[in-house]
Amino acid sequence: MNLSAQDLTVAGRLADLSLTLAPGRITAICGPNGAGKSTLLEALAGLLTPDSGAVLTDDSPLAALPPRERGKLLGYLPQAHEIAWDVPVRSLVELGRLPHGDSLVGPVDAALAALDIAHLADRRAQSLSGGETARVLLARVLAGEPRWILADEPLAALDIGHQLALLRHLRAAADAGAGVVLVLHDLAHAMNHADRVVVLDRGAVAADDVPSAALAPAIVRRVWGVECDWLGDPGARALVAR
Amino acid sequence: MNRAVAIFAALLALALPLSLLAGRVWLDPAGTPNAAVILAELRLPRAVLAIIVGAGLGASGAAMQGYLRNPLADPGLFGIAPGAALGAVVALWFGYTVSPWLLPLFALIGAGGAMALLAAIAGRTGGIALFTLAGLMVASLAGALTALAISMAPNAFAMSEIVMWLNGALTDRSWREVWIAAPLVALGVLLLWRSGRSLDALTLGEPVARSLGVNPAALLWLLIAGVGLTVGAGVAVAGIIGFVGLIVPHLVRPLTDRRPSQLILPSALAGALLVLVADCVVRILPLVTELRLGIALSLLGAPFFLWLLLRMRRGLA
Repeated sequence: MNLSAQDLTVAGRLADLSLTLAPGRITAICGPNGAGKSTLLEALAGLLTPDSGAVLTDDSPLAALPPRERGKLLGYLPQAHEIAWDVPVRSLVELGRLPHGDSLVGPVDAALAALDIAHLADRRAQSLSGGETARVLLARVLAGEPRWILADEPLAALDIGHQLALLRHLRAAADAGAGVVLVLHDLAHAMNHADRVVVLDRGAVAADDVPSAALAPAIVRRVWGVECDWLGDPGARALVAR
Repeated sequence: MNRAVAIFAALLALALPLSLLAGRVWLDPAGTPNAAVILAELRLPRAVLAIIVGAGLGASGAAMQGYLRNPLADPGLFGIAPGAALGAVVALWFGYTVSPWLLPLFALIGAGGAMALLAAIAGRTGGIALFTLAGLMVASLAGALTALAISMAPNAFAMSEIVMWLNGALTDRSWREVWIAAPLVALGVLLLWRSGRSLDALTLGEPVARSLGVNPAALLWLLIAGVGLTVGAGVAVAGIIGFVGLIVPHLVRPLTDRRPSQLILPSALAGALLVLVADCVVRILPLVTELRLGIALSLLGAPFFLWLLLRMRRGLA
């Protein structure tokens, strides 16, 4: 099942943007601040109504789906790690089942196990460290067994160890068939871990290709205004500014 | 059923029979003359009414705190109680107390007006900030109109009637008030209880709740109707009774797993218990005129809440 944006326009944010995403892969959305990355992700998640254009799942408009059906299809993980009440981790992860109207133990346990946080199930959510919180919130998304995982800056505020661990978990979800769409600021993570990179610049697609092509030095210079080179081998590249 | 429901249901079952015996005259069911009449026509309706009013206030406080994700939210802030009070004040101002149904009816109309205004302003988009501001403005408008009515009261008697009534009480209530309030509060608590899972989802913020299929506008309508029915009916039969909606969820929360959905029913039971016990206390106090329940709860509630804040200071800072 494809997820696509068709002539998507949001005043001041996105300009006539079209894009088709395929499942089973990690797609990174990159771009400078204000390029419209988060807006695009919210639109793909069905959380904002575009001024014109539409988001389609296969060929049917996402906006026509009832909110709960949309919730089963798309798991959305915002950048802010908001947890308003000090609830147990397990009931937080169970919220992922809300669109299904059940609290099946199987998917919840599977999500806890997939992120290596089964031992945290009885802990209070507000007592967790930043890395643990990030994994719990991703487990909440996985518990809903969505076809698509849309995450805004999931690696921000995590140390390198937790960043790589979370990327491994997202790769496992993609290998299991889910479409994974990540807004990423760190171009090296996009280069090394994504299957495809969409570069946004001022609300339009500036590049859309495999990482080595979409993040080529010439494009980074044009979009970010930074002279740089990629060093290292494929899969373990590092960006150095000149 | 969670632990908090069991605890407060048991305490309520214990407090109800005791409250029936307590009062200016301590009832000895065997010895007191006319004990059966006092029980059936005076104390039982009053106790049942205390339970109904308290349950509505407790449940709506729990739901509002869950919705606003703020432990300082109180249903009284959101214009419905002041709107209901304004309706009642209008009835008193015109001396429409010839029929005992008119005052509660006017109060319900006032509550309905406040609900309609809230829904008209905030109902379409379902934004939390807009709802809070709209509620504060409705409350402030109703408060100003109430003050205007008091200052322009046709005579001193009407003025004192209004001022007395505004400080809620359960004195001299009958089964009539019970029949007015019971179905409305029951329906309101049911609506608030139904909002529980959506309130749980809001724990993760508004965007995530929406991504999980929560319809913010539908949730807001559910809450406006639920709070409107519980608080509006409560004010209609008892006047303004503050602090219950604010304090009770605080007391109950540590006994639950802190999910908003798990707080609503125990808060209803705890609110019922608090108002029932407080009403017994004002009945027993050896004063010349009975202390108004609304004043008593504020007198008890404010210092208690300060103590709670001092105790929680480390956790909140």
